[in-house]
Amino acid sequence: MVIECKHVWDCISGYLDDTLSLAVRELVQQHLDHCEICSAILDSTRNILILTADDQVFELPVGFSKRLHARLDQELLPLDKSD
Amino acid sequence: MAGTSECRDEAQMIASILAGDKQLYHELIRPYERSVYMMALSCLKNEADAEDVAQEAFLKAFYHLASFRAEAKFSTWLIGIALNEARSRLRREGTLRMESIDDITEEGSHTTPALLRDWREVPSEALERKEVRQMLQNAITSLPAIYREVFQLRDVEGLNVVETAAALGISVGNVKVRLHRARMMLQKQLAPLLGKVNPKRRWLPWL
Repeated sequence: MVIECKHVWDCISGYLDDTLSLAVRELVQQHLDHCEICSAILDSTRNILILTADDQVFELPVGFSKRLHARLDQELLPLDKSD
Repeated sequence: MAGTSECRDEAQMIASILAGDKQLYHELIRPYERSVYMMALSCLKNEADAEDVAQEAFLKAFYHLASFRAEAKFSTWLIGIALNEARSRLRREGTLRMESIDDITEEGSHTTPALLRDWREVPSEALERKEVRQMLQNAITSLPAIYREVFQLRDVEGLNVVETAAALGISVGNVKVRLHRARMMLQKQLAPLLGKVNPKRRWLPWL
């Protein structure tokens, strides 16, 4: 059985997460082996996921943690005194 | 974030906090500061508002700690609180757009990816460039909320599908469908842009 490109596109996420059934994965793999467009889509998606997962893309604001814990102290310590 | 809770006995920490050791709360939440802030930022798209909502969420979680059920994961419970806080702020400010209704109707449809003949790997070093980081931020931020939330938790913060589903209060099946669409939307938007980003000469085989 041969599958078309658009069916492979539907499987890209499953392929990357390794959640496809063995039979489907094999079909997708066969297609990828000879289709340079689908291979490039897979490679670019994988690359984009690696880049977007990098902590540098979204960074915590400088001093975030310090301000958070100061605020917690400010709100929680008076509770201790009133216990 | 994955793996941070395994080596800590969070149930014991929570029990101690509830018994009066309030200072331990600082330690309990430390691994999740980033995820909570990022969830808020993902909804509010504004750093100052996101920080404020994140602080409120951590306080709310503290005050409601007794209602936390041990069968849930503390991290996903916390992120769920942050999400609710962020959404209610948007609602209060009248800025909660009706985008989710439009999005759900197209959930079953296909996204055609950007078609390329080959892909030259963009290395992580490219992220040192501000315009590359900005490009990725803009692409994620411009995703419709239902896709952005799933993508943020699963692919940016590294929660698994079950945790993502629990934090968002949706099914695992929905997480998978939305995640796939989010990834395809990002590929469509980013691949043509990133493809032009970093063709350094030294990568060419004949140099």
